[in-house]
Amino acid sequence: MTPPPIQQADQIFVTLQHRVVGYLPIKFQSIADVILSVVAIVLVFALLFAITTVLERKGLGRIQNRYGPNRVGPAGFFQPIADGVKSLTKEDLVPRTADQLVHFMAPVLLVIAAFLAYAVLPVGRNMALVDLNAGVLFFFAVGTLVELAVFMAGWSSRNKYSLLGAMRAIAQMISYEVPLVLASIVVIMAAGSLSTVAIVNMQTGYSGIWPHWFVLTPWGFAGFNLFMIAATAESNRSPFDLPEGESEIIAGYYIEYSGFKFALFFLGEYLGMFATSGLAITLFLGGWAAPFSFLTWIPSYLWFFAKLLLMIAIFIWIRGTLPRLRMDQLMNFAWQFMLPMTLINVFAAGVWHFMPGGVIRWLVCAALLIVPAFLLSRGLKQGKKFAARTYRFAD
Amino acid sequence: MTATFLILAAITIAGTVATMAMRNLVHCVLALTLGFAGLAALYLQLGAQFVGLTQILVYVGAVAILAVFVIMMTQKPAQTTESIFSSFWLAGSLIAALVFAVLGWAIVSSSTSSRPLPPQAEAAVRPIGDALMHRFVLPLEIMGLLLTAALIGAVVVAMQEKRGTA
Repeated sequence: MTPPPIQQADQIFVTLQHRVVGYLPIKFQSIADVILSVVAIVLVFALLFAITTVLERKGLGRIQNRYGPNRVGPAGFFQPIADGVKSLTKEDLVPRTADQLVHFMAPVLLVIAAFLAYAVLPVGRNMALVDLNAGVLFFFAVGTLVELAVFMAGWSSRNKYSLLGAMRAIAQMISYEVPLVLASIVVIMAAGSLSTVAIVNMQTGYSGIWPHWFVLTPWGFAGFNLFMIAATAESNRSPFDLPEGESEIIAGYYIEYSGFKFALFFLGEYLGMFATSGLAITLFLGGWAAPFSFLTWIPSYLWFFAKLLLMIAIFIWIRGTLPRLRMDQLMNFAWQFMLPMTLINVFAAGVWHFMPGGVIRWLVCAALLIVPAFLLSRGLKQGKKFAARTYRFAD
Repeated sequence: MTATFLILAAITIAGTVATMAMRNLVHCVLALTLGFAGLAALYLQLGAQFVGLTQILVYVGAVAILAVFVIMMTQKPAQTTESIFSSFWLAGSLIAALVFAVLGWAIVSSSTSSRPLPPQAEAAVRPIGDALMHRFVLPLEIMGLLLTAALIGAVVVAMQEKRGTA
Protein backbone atom coordinates (compact mmCIF):
# COMPACT_ATOMS: atom_id res chain seq x y z
CA MET A 1 0.00 0.00 0.00
CA THR A 2 1.44 3.40 -0.91
CA PRO A 3 0.76 6.40 1.31
CA PRO A 4 -1.19 9.36 -0.15
CA PRO A 5 0.86 11.84 -2.23
CA ILE A 6 0.76 14.53 0.48
CA GLN A 7 2.47 12.22 2.92
CA GLN A 8 4.93 11.18 0.21
CA ALA A 9 5.94 14.79 -0.42
CA ASP A 10 6.27 15.33 3.31
CA GLN A 11 8.59 12.38 3.76
CA ILE A 12 10.43 12.62 0.42
CA PHE A 13 13.86 13.27 1.95
CA VAL A 14 13.43 10.58 4.59
CA THR A 15 12.44 7.95 1.97
CA LEU A 16 15.23 9.11 -0.33
CA GLN A 17 17.76 8.64 2.41
CA HIS A 18 16.40 5.16 3.21
CA ARG A 19 16.60 4.25 -0.49
CA VAL A 20 20.21 5.39 -0.87
CA VAL A 21 21.31 3.74 2.36
CA GLY A 22 19.49 0.55 1.35
CA TYR A 23 21.89 0.03 -1.58
CA LEU A 24 24.84 -0.30 0.77
CA PRO A 25 25.90 -3.46 2.65
CA ILE A 26 24.28 -3.76 6.07
CA LYS A 27 27.59 -3.21 7.85
CA PHE A 28 27.92 0.38 6.58
CA GLN A 29 24.25 1.33 6.69
CA SER A 30 24.09 3.04 10.07
CA ILE A 31 27.24 5.09 9.48
CA ALA A 32 26.14 6.04 5.93
CA ASP A 33 22.82 7.13 7.38
CA VAL A 34 24.53 9.52 9.79
CA ILE A 35 26.99 10.83 7.17
CA LEU A 36 24.17 11.58 4.72
CA SER A 37 22.26 13.56 7.36
CA VAL A 38 25.37 15.48 8.39
CA VAL A 39 26.22 16.36 4.78
CA ALA A 40 22.64 17.51 4.22
CA ILE A 41 22.72 19.74 7.32
CA VAL A 42 26.09 21.26 6.38
CA LEU A 43 25.04 21.93 2.78
CA VAL A 44 21.58 23.32 3.53
CA PHE A 45 22.63 25.66 6.31
CA ALA A 46 25.77 26.85 4.52
CA LEU A 47 23.54 27.67 1.53
CA LEU A 48 21.11 29.45 3.85
CA PHE A 49 24.07 31.46 5.17
CA ALA A 50 24.98 32.49 1.61
CA ILE A 51 21.40 33.53 0.85
CA THR A 52 21.09 35.38 4.15
CA THR A 53 24.19 37.50 3.53
CA VAL A 54 22.65 38.79 0.29
CA LEU A 55 19.23 39.28 1.85
CA GLU A 56 20.75 41.10 4.80
CA ARG A 57 22.83 43.44 2.66
CA LYS A 58 19.91 44.15 0.39
CA GLY A 59 17.50 44.61 3.28
CA LEU A 60 19.85 46.91 5.17
CA GLY A 61 20.43 48.80 1.93
CA ARG A 62 16.70 49.35 1.48
CA ILE A 63 16.34 50.52 5.09
CA GLN A 64 19.22 52.97 4.53
CA ASN A 65 17.91 54.23 1.17
CA ARG A 66 20.46 52.55 -1.07
CA TYR A 67 20.49 49.53 -3.37
CA GLY A 68 22.82 47.04 -1.74
CA PRO A 69 24.71 44.51 -3.89
CA ASN A 70 23.27 44.39 -7.41
CA ARG A 71 26.19 43.66 -9.77
CA VAL A 72 26.99 39.92 -9.58
CA GLY A 73 24.40 37.68 -11.21
CA PRO A 74 20.65 38.40 -11.37
CA ALA A 75 19.87 41.25 -8.94
CA GLY A 76 23.15 40.64 -7.17
CA PHE A 77 22.24 37.17 -5.92
CA PHE A 78 25.58 35.59 -6.87
CA GLN A 79 27.40 37.99 -4.56
CA PRO A 80 28.20 35.23 -1.98
CA ILE A 81 30.13 33.29 -4.65
CA ALA A 82 32.23 36.37 -5.38
CA ASP A 83 32.73 36.92 -1.66
CA GLY A 84 33.71 33.30 -1.15
CA VAL A 85 36.28 33.39 -3.96
CA LYS A 86 37.63 36.64 -2.60
CA SER A 87 38.09 35.35 0.94
CA LEU A 88 39.65 32.09 -0.33
CA THR A 89 42.24 33.92 -2.43
CA LYS A 90 43.12 36.51 0.23
CA GLU A 91 46.37 36.21 2.10
CA ASP A 92 45.98 34.54 5.48
CA LEU A 93 47.71 36.92 7.87
CA VAL A 94 48.71 35.76 11.34
CA PRO A 95 50.34 38.34 13.64
CA ARG A 96 53.95 37.54 14.50
CA THR A 97 53.31 37.62 18.25
CA ALA A 98 50.09 35.60 17.98
CA ASP A 99 49.73 32.19 19.54
CA GLN A 100 49.77 30.25 16.27
CA LEU A 101 47.92 27.08 17.27
CA VAL A 102 45.20 28.75 19.36
CA HIS A 103 44.79 31.42 16.70
CA PHE A 104 44.15 28.67 14.14
CA MET A 105 41.89 26.57 16.37
CA ALA A 106 39.49 29.37 17.37
CA PRO A 107 37.51 29.72 14.09
CA VAL A 108 37.49 25.93 13.64
CA LEU A 109 36.05 25.37 17.11
CA LEU A 110 33.48 28.11 16.56
CA VAL A 111 32.15 26.53 13.35
CA ILE A 112 32.16 23.02 14.85
CA ALA A 113 30.17 24.24 17.86
CA ALA A 114 27.73 26.09 15.59
CA PHE A 115 27.13 23.02 13.42
CA LEU A 116 26.82 20.63 16.39
CA ALA A 117 23.75 22.51 17.59
CA TYR A 118 21.81 21.44 14.48
CA ALA A 119 22.04 17.78 15.50
CA VAL A 120 18.98 18.07 17.73
CA LEU A 121 16.83 20.47 15.68
CA PRO A 122 13.86 18.74 14.03
CA VAL A 123 13.64 20.50 10.64
CA GLY A 124 10.68 18.38 9.54
CA ARG A 125 8.56 15.38 10.49
CA ASN A 126 11.04 12.53 11.28
CA MET A 127 13.85 14.87 10.23
CA ALA A 128 15.98 15.35 13.35
CA LEU A 129 19.48 13.90 13.16
CA VAL A 130 19.30 12.50 16.70
CA ASP A 131 16.42 12.46 19.14
CA LEU A 132 18.39 12.95 22.34
CA ASN A 133 16.75 12.34 25.67
CA ALA A 134 18.25 15.65 26.79
CA GLY A 135 18.13 17.51 23.46
CA VAL A 136 17.62 21.05 24.78
CA LEU A 137 20.42 20.54 27.28
CA PHE A 138 22.68 19.37 24.43
CA PHE A 139 21.87 22.55 22.52
CA PHE A 140 22.90 24.80 25.40
CA ALA A 141 25.95 22.67 26.19
CA VAL A 142 27.43 23.02 22.70
CA GLY A 143 26.46 26.70 22.79
CA THR A 144 28.96 27.24 25.59
CA LEU A 145 31.77 26.07 23.29
CA VAL A 146 31.23 29.30 21.35
CA GLU A 147 32.33 31.32 24.39
CA LEU A 148 35.53 29.33 24.56
CA ALA A 149 36.20 29.87 20.84
CA VAL A 150 35.63 33.61 21.23
CA PHE A 151 38.05 33.74 24.13
CA MET A 152 40.66 31.76 22.17
CA ALA A 153 40.34 34.17 19.25
CA GLY A 154 40.58 37.27 21.40
CA TRP A 155 43.45 36.09 23.56
CA SER A 156 45.61 34.44 20.92
CA SER A 157 45.64 37.50 18.65
CA ARG A 158 47.77 39.47 21.18
CA ASN A 159 45.89 42.61 20.41
CA LYS A 160 44.33 44.90 22.99
CA TYR A 161 41.25 45.53 20.90
CA SER A 162 40.62 41.87 20.26
CA LEU A 163 41.06 41.05 23.96
CA LEU A 164 38.63 43.83 24.89
CA GLY A 165 36.17 42.53 22.31
CA ALA A 166 36.47 38.98 23.62
CA MET A 167 35.93 40.17 27.20
CA ARG A 168 32.84 42.07 26.17
CA ALA A 169 31.53 39.12 24.16
CA ILE A 170 32.07 36.61 26.98
CA ALA A 171 30.55 38.88 29.63
CA GLN A 172 27.55 39.44 27.37
CA MET A 173 27.14 35.77 26.45
CA ILE A 174 27.35 34.56 30.06
CA SER A 175 24.90 37.22 31.24
CA TYR A 176 22.34 36.50 28.53
CA GLU A 177 22.68 32.75 28.75
CA VAL A 178 20.85 32.86 32.10
CA PRO A 179 17.64 34.46 30.72
CA LEU A 180 17.95 32.35 27.56
CA VAL A 181 17.87 29.09 29.52
CA LEU A 182 15.27 30.34 32.01
CA ALA A 183 13.00 31.48 29.16
CA SER A 184 13.09 28.01 27.60
CA ILE A 185 12.43 26.29 30.94
CA VAL A 186 8.73 27.19 30.73
CA VAL A 187 8.39 25.06 27.59
CA ILE A 188 10.24 22.17 29.21
CA MET A 189 7.86 22.46 32.17
CA ALA A 190 4.82 22.39 29.89
CA ALA A 191 6.06 19.59 27.63
CA GLY A 192 7.55 17.54 30.47
CA SER A 193 10.47 16.57 28.27
CA LEU A 194 13.91 17.81 27.24
CA SER A 195 13.70 16.08 23.86
CA THR A 196 13.22 18.55 21.00
CA VAL A 197 11.25 15.98 19.00
CA ALA A 198 8.83 15.39 21.86
CA ILE A 199 8.41 19.16 22.38
CA VAL A 200 7.43 19.65 18.72
CA ASN A 201 5.09 16.66 18.82
CA MET A 202 3.30 18.28 21.77
CA GLN A 203 2.46 21.29 19.56
CA THR A 204 1.16 19.55 16.44
CA GLY A 205 -2.52 19.36 17.50
CA TYR A 206 -5.23 21.85 16.50
CA SER A 207 -8.31 23.31 18.23
CA GLY A 208 -10.60 24.21 15.34
CA ILE A 209 -8.15 25.79 12.91
CA TRP A 210 -5.81 27.13 15.61
CA PRO A 211 -2.58 25.32 16.44
CA HIS A 212 -1.41 24.30 19.93
CA TRP A 213 1.77 26.34 19.76
CA PHE A 214 3.24 27.37 23.08
CA VAL A 215 3.57 30.97 21.87
CA LEU A 216 -0.23 31.24 21.96
CA THR A 217 -0.34 31.19 25.77
CA PRO A 218 0.53 34.16 28.03
CA TRP A 219 3.68 32.53 29.43
CA GLY A 220 4.63 31.24 25.97
CA PHE A 221 4.30 34.69 24.42
CA ALA A 222 6.35 36.31 27.17
CA GLY A 223 8.84 33.44 27.04
CA PHE A 224 9.19 33.76 23.27
CA ASN A 225 9.89 37.48 23.46
CA LEU A 226 12.39 37.10 26.30
CA PHE A 227 14.03 34.20 24.47
CA MET A 228 14.38 36.21 21.26
CA ILE A 229 15.89 39.21 23.08
CA ALA A 230 18.39 36.95 24.80
CA ALA A 231 19.07 35.13 21.52
CA THR A 232 19.86 38.43 19.80
CA ALA A 233 22.38 39.15 22.53
CA GLU A 234 23.77 35.60 22.42
CA SER A 235 24.45 35.83 18.71
CA ASN A 236 26.09 39.29 19.10
CA ARG A 237 23.72 40.98 16.72
CA SER A 238 22.62 44.59 16.70
CA PRO A 239 21.52 46.25 19.00
CA PHE A 240 23.72 44.02 21.18
CA ASP A 241 26.77 44.00 18.88
CA LEU A 242 29.13 45.75 21.29
CA PRO A 243 31.78 43.04 21.04
CA GLU A 244 32.29 44.10 17.43
CA GLY A 245 31.63 47.82 17.95
CA GLU A 246 33.43 49.18 14.87
CA SER A 247 33.48 52.72 16.20
CA GLU A 248 35.19 51.83 19.50
CA ILE A 249 37.11 48.56 19.24
CA ILE A 250 37.22 48.20 15.45
CA ALA A 251 36.03 44.61 15.04
CA GLY A 252 36.50 43.06 18.46
CA TYR A 253 37.88 39.58 18.74
CA TYR A 254 38.31 38.95 15.05
CA ILE A 255 40.33 42.03 14.24
CA GLU A 256 43.45 39.93 13.51
CA TYR A 257 41.69 37.45 11.25
CA SER A 258 41.77 37.74 7.50
CA GLY A 259 40.78 35.75 4.46
CA PHE A 260 38.99 32.47 4.99
CA LYS A 261 39.40 32.43 8.77
CA PHE A 262 37.41 35.65 8.92
CA ALA A 263 34.81 34.06 6.64
CA LEU A 264 34.63 31.12 9.08
CA PHE A 265 33.90 33.53 11.94
CA PHE A 266 31.23 35.14 9.85
CA LEU A 267 29.77 31.71 9.05
CA GLY A 268 29.89 30.64 12.69
CA GLU A 269 28.10 33.75 13.83
CA TYR A 270 25.28 33.36 11.31
CA LEU A 271 24.99 29.63 11.99
CA GLY A 272 24.63 30.44 15.68
CA MET A 273 21.85 32.87 14.86
CA PHE A 274 20.03 30.30 12.69
CA ALA A 275 20.42 27.65 15.38
CA THR A 276 18.99 29.79 18.18
CA SER A 277 16.16 30.88 15.86
CA GLY A 278 15.59 27.21 15.06
CA LEU A 279 15.41 26.42 18.77
CA ALA A 280 12.95 29.28 19.29
CA ILE A 281 10.82 27.83 16.47
CA THR A 282 11.08 24.36 18.02
CA LEU A 283 10.20 25.52 21.51
CA PHE A 284 7.56 28.17 20.90
CA LEU A 285 6.43 28.23 17.25
CA GLY A 286 5.52 24.58 16.82
CA GLY A 287 8.65 23.48 14.93
CA TRP A 288 7.61 22.04 11.59
CA ALA A 289 3.85 22.19 12.33
CA ALA A 290 1.61 24.21 10.02
CA PRO A 291 0.07 27.38 11.49
CA PHE A 292 -3.51 26.40 10.53
CA SER A 293 -5.13 22.99 10.33
CA PHE A 294 -6.13 23.52 6.66
CA LEU A 295 -2.50 24.12 5.64
CA THR A 296 -1.14 20.77 6.81
CA TRP A 297 -0.82 19.57 3.18
CA ILE A 298 2.29 21.73 2.75
CA PRO A 299 5.36 19.61 3.62
CA SER A 300 6.67 20.04 7.16
CA TYR A 301 10.24 21.03 6.25
CA LEU A 302 8.90 23.94 4.15
CA TRP A 303 7.11 25.26 7.25
CA PHE A 304 10.27 25.05 9.30
CA PHE A 305 12.32 26.98 6.76
CA ALA A 306 9.53 29.50 6.16
CA LYS A 307 9.50 30.24 9.90
CA LEU A 308 13.29 30.41 9.94
CA LEU A 309 13.34 32.92 7.05
CA LEU A 310 10.71 34.99 8.84
CA MET A 311 12.90 35.08 11.95
CA ILE A 312 15.92 36.07 9.84
CA ALA A 313 13.88 38.89 8.27
CA ILE A 314 12.99 40.15 11.77
CA PHE A 315 16.66 40.00 12.76
CA ILE A 316 17.62 42.06 9.69
CA TRP A 317 14.83 44.54 10.39
CA ILE A 318 15.97 44.99 14.01
CA ARG A 319 19.58 45.41 12.90
CA GLY A 320 18.59 48.12 10.46
CA THR A 321 16.46 50.12 12.88
CA LEU A 322 17.92 49.99 16.40
CA PRO A 323 21.08 51.77 17.57
CA ARG A 324 23.77 50.01 19.55
CA LEU A 325 23.47 49.94 23.37
CA ARG A 326 26.11 50.95 25.86
CA MET A 327 27.89 48.25 27.88
CA ASP A 328 26.38 49.21 31.25
CA GLN A 329 22.90 49.45 29.71
CA LEU A 330 23.36 45.99 28.26
CA MET A 331 24.37 44.44 31.58
CA ASN A 332 21.71 46.27 33.59
CA PHE A 333 19.07 45.15 31.14
CA ALA A 334 20.13 41.51 31.47
CA TRP A 335 20.30 41.37 35.26
CA GLN A 336 17.64 43.89 36.30
CA PHE A 337 14.91 43.27 33.75
CA MET A 338 15.43 40.00 31.84
CA LEU A 339 16.31 37.83 34.84
CA PRO A 340 13.36 38.86 37.09
CA MET A 341 10.95 38.66 34.16
CA THR A 342 12.04 35.13 33.21
CA LEU A 343 11.66 34.01 36.84
CA ILE A 344 8.16 35.54 37.01
CA ASN A 345 7.40 33.78 33.73
CA VAL A 346 8.39 30.42 35.23
CA PHE A 347 5.99 31.15 38.10
CA ALA A 348 3.21 32.12 35.65
CA ALA A 349 3.71 28.88 33.72
CA GLY A 350 3.34 26.96 36.99
CA VAL A 351 0.10 28.81 37.81
CA TRP A 352 -1.17 28.06 34.29
CA HIS A 353 -0.47 24.37 34.78
CA PHE A 354 -2.44 24.08 38.01
CA MET A 355 -5.44 26.29 37.13
CA PRO A 356 -8.51 24.88 35.34
CA GLY A 357 -8.72 25.89 31.68
CA GLY A 358 -10.81 28.88 30.63
CA VAL A 359 -10.84 32.66 30.34
CA ILE A 360 -9.96 33.20 34.01
CA ARG A 361 -6.72 31.25 33.62
CA TRP A 362 -5.82 33.46 30.67
CA LEU A 363 -6.54 36.67 32.56
CA VAL A 364 -4.71 35.61 35.73
CA CYS A 365 -1.58 34.52 33.87
CA ALA A 366 -1.55 37.59 31.63
CA ALA A 367 -1.93 39.85 34.69
CA LEU A 368 0.86 37.93 36.43
CA LEU A 369 3.16 38.92 33.58
CA ILE A 370 1.97 42.37 32.51
CA VAL A 371 1.77 43.96 35.98
CA PRO A 372 5.35 42.99 37.03
CA ALA A 373 6.70 44.03 33.62
CA PHE A 374 5.03 47.43 33.98
CA LEU A 375 6.16 47.92 37.58
CA LEU A 376 9.68 46.74 36.82
CA SER A 377 10.14 49.14 33.93
CA ARG A 378 8.67 51.99 36.02
CA GLY A 379 11.05 51.16 38.86
CA LEU A 380 14.09 50.97 36.63
CA LYS A 381 13.19 54.29 35.01
CA GLN A 382 13.26 56.11 38.33
CA GLY A 383 16.15 58.49 38.89
CA LYS A 384 17.11 58.51 35.23
CA LYS A 385 16.67 61.47 32.96
CA PHE A 386 15.47 60.89 29.43
CA ALA A 387 15.79 63.97 27.26
CA ALA A 388 16.84 64.85 23.76
CA ARG A 389 20.58 64.42 23.31
CA THR A 390 22.54 67.65 23.32
CA TYR A 391 25.74 68.11 21.37
CA ARG A 392 28.47 70.54 22.31
CA PHE A 393 30.08 70.99 18.93
CA ALA A 394 27.94 69.31 16.33
CA ASP A 395 24.92 71.62 16.48
CA MET B 1 37.19 -1.69 26.14
CA THR B 2 35.96 -0.44 22.82
CA ALA B 3 37.92 1.74 20.40
CA THR B 4 35.74 4.73 21.33
CA PHE B 5 36.59 4.30 24.99
CA LEU B 6 40.32 4.08 24.24
CA ILE B 7 40.27 7.21 22.07
CA LEU B 8 38.29 9.21 24.65
CA ALA B 9 40.49 7.99 27.49
CA ALA B 10 43.60 9.00 25.52
CA ILE B 11 42.14 12.48 24.91
CA THR B 12 41.24 12.91 28.57
CA ILE B 13 44.64 11.78 29.81
CA ALA B 14 46.49 13.85 27.20
CA GLY B 15 44.49 16.93 28.18
CA THR B 16 45.10 16.56 31.90
CA VAL B 17 48.81 15.72 31.46
CA ALA B 18 49.22 18.77 29.21
CA THR B 19 47.54 20.87 31.92
CA MET B 20 50.39 20.05 34.26
CA ALA B 21 53.17 20.18 31.68
CA MET B 22 52.41 23.44 29.84
CA ARG B 23 54.25 26.63 30.78
CA ASN B 24 51.69 29.21 29.72
CA LEU B 25 48.82 29.33 32.20
CA VAL B 26 46.17 30.04 29.56
CA HIS B 27 47.40 27.03 27.59
CA CYS B 28 47.03 25.00 30.78
CA VAL B 29 43.39 26.04 31.10
CA LEU B 30 42.69 25.20 27.46
CA ALA B 31 44.30 21.77 27.93
CA LEU B 32 42.25 21.26 31.09
CA THR B 33 39.14 22.09 29.07
CA LEU B 34 40.10 19.34 26.64
CA GLY B 35 40.31 16.97 29.61
CA PHE B 36 36.86 18.07 30.82
CA ALA B 37 35.42 17.56 27.34
CA GLY B 38 36.96 14.08 27.11
CA LEU B 39 35.45 13.19 30.48
CA ALA B 40 32.06 14.48 29.33
CA ALA B 41 32.33 12.35 26.18
CA LEU B 42 33.10 9.33 28.38
CA TYR B 43 29.92 9.97 30.39
CA LEU B 44 27.96 10.26 27.14
CA GLN B 45 29.46 7.02 25.90
CA LEU B 46 28.21 5.32 29.07
CA GLY B 47 24.68 6.55 28.30
CA ALA B 48 24.60 9.17 31.06
CA GLN B 49 23.34 12.01 28.90
CA PHE B 50 22.35 14.35 31.69
CA VAL B 51 25.64 14.03 33.57
CA GLY B 52 27.72 14.32 30.39
CA LEU B 53 25.93 17.39 29.06
CA THR B 54 25.94 19.05 32.46
CA GLN B 55 29.67 18.39 32.62
CA ILE B 56 30.12 20.31 29.34
CA LEU B 57 27.73 23.07 30.39
CA VAL B 58 29.32 23.62 33.80
CA TYR B 59 32.98 22.74 33.35
CA VAL B 60 33.70 23.70 29.73
CA GLY B 61 31.26 26.59 29.69
CA ALA B 62 31.58 28.12 33.14
CA VAL B 63 34.58 26.81 35.08
CA ALA B 64 37.07 27.13 32.22
CA ILE B 65 35.94 30.67 31.41
CA LEU B 66 36.07 31.58 35.10
CA ALA B 67 39.60 30.17 35.40
CA VAL B 68 40.69 32.16 32.35
CA PHE B 69 39.22 35.36 33.76
CA VAL B 70 40.93 34.82 37.11
CA ILE B 71 44.30 34.16 35.45
CA MET B 72 44.06 37.25 33.30
CA MET B 73 42.96 39.49 36.17
CA THR B 74 45.50 38.34 38.74
CA GLN B 75 48.64 37.56 36.75
CA LYS B 76 50.91 39.19 34.27
CA PRO B 77 51.13 37.15 31.09
CA ALA B 78 54.87 36.60 31.67
CA GLN B 79 56.00 33.04 31.09
CA THR B 80 57.78 31.19 33.86
CA THR B 81 61.33 30.17 33.04
CA GLU B 82 62.00 27.82 35.94
CA SER B 83 61.57 24.07 35.57
CA ILE B 84 58.05 22.73 35.73
CA PHE B 85 59.22 20.08 38.20
CA SER B 86 59.48 21.25 41.78
CA SER B 87 62.55 20.39 43.85
CA PHE B 88 60.75 17.71 45.87
CA TRP B 89 59.10 15.89 42.96
CA LEU B 90 60.35 12.50 44.20
CA ALA B 91 58.58 12.75 47.57
CA GLY B 92 55.50 14.16 45.85
CA SER B 93 55.22 11.31 43.37
CA LEU B 94 55.78 8.79 46.19
CA ILE B 95 52.89 10.26 48.18
CA ALA B 96 50.71 10.37 45.06
CA ALA B 97 51.47 6.70 44.32
CA LEU B 98 50.65 5.77 47.92
CA VAL B 99 47.32 7.61 47.82
CA PHE B 100 46.51 5.96 44.50
CA ALA B 101 47.37 2.53 45.90
CA VAL B 102 45.13 3.05 48.96
CA LEU B 103 42.24 4.29 46.81
CA GLY B 104 42.68 1.44 44.33
CA TRP B 105 42.80 -1.13 47.15
CA ALA B 106 39.66 0.37 48.71
CA ILE B 107 37.78 0.25 45.41
CA VAL B 108 38.85 -3.27 44.51
CA SER B 109 38.08 -4.72 47.95
CA SER B 110 34.73 -2.94 48.38
CA SER B 111 31.52 -4.92 48.03
CA THR B 112 30.08 -2.63 45.30
CA SER B 113 32.73 -3.55 42.72
CA SER B 114 31.95 -7.28 42.94
CA ARG B 115 28.20 -6.74 42.57
CA PRO B 116 26.97 -7.27 39.00
CA LEU B 117 25.86 -4.13 37.18
CA PRO B 118 22.12 -3.68 36.62
CA PRO B 119 21.28 -4.54 33.02
CA GLN B 120 19.57 -1.21 32.20
CA ALA B 121 22.05 1.32 33.51
CA GLU B 122 20.97 4.23 31.33
CA ALA B 123 20.56 7.31 33.50
CA ALA B 124 17.74 9.07 31.68
CA VAL B 125 16.78 12.64 32.49
CA ARG B 126 13.33 11.81 33.88
CA PRO B 127 14.42 9.52 36.76
CA ILE B 128 17.08 12.06 37.76
CA GLY B 129 14.51 14.86 37.73
CA ASP B 130 12.02 12.75 39.70
CA ALA B 131 14.64 11.89 42.30
CA LEU B 132 15.72 15.53 42.64
CA MET B 133 12.16 16.82 42.92
CA HIS B 134 10.73 14.15 45.23
CA ARG B 135 13.20 12.23 47.32
CA PHE B 136 16.06 14.74 47.41
CA VAL B 137 14.05 17.95 47.29
CA LEU B 138 15.27 19.16 50.71
CA PRO B 139 19.01 18.85 49.91
CA LEU B 140 18.31 20.54 46.57
CA GLU B 141 16.56 23.46 48.27
CA ILE B 142 19.35 23.79 50.82
CA MET B 143 21.94 23.84 48.04
CA GLY B 144 19.94 26.50 46.22
CA LEU B 145 19.71 28.60 49.37
CA LEU B 146 23.44 28.24 49.99
CA LEU B 147 24.32 29.28 46.44
CA THR B 148 21.94 32.25 46.58
CA ALA B 149 23.53 33.33 49.86
CA ALA B 150 26.98 33.06 48.27
CA LEU B 151 25.79 35.13 45.30
CA ILE B 152 24.34 37.86 47.51
CA GLY B 153 27.49 37.80 49.63
CA ALA B 154 29.67 38.32 46.55
CA VAL B 155 27.53 41.28 45.49
CA VAL B 156 27.72 42.81 48.98
CA VAL B 157 31.50 42.47 49.02
CA ALA B 158 31.78 44.06 45.58
CA MET B 159 29.48 46.93 46.60
CA GLN B 160 31.56 47.77 49.67
CA GLU B 161 34.69 47.91 47.57
CA LYS B 162 33.03 50.33 45.20
CA ARG B 163 31.95 52.58 48.07
CA GLY B 164 35.48 52.58 49.46
CA THR B 165 37.05 53.79 46.23
CA ALA B 166 34.43 56.43 45.52
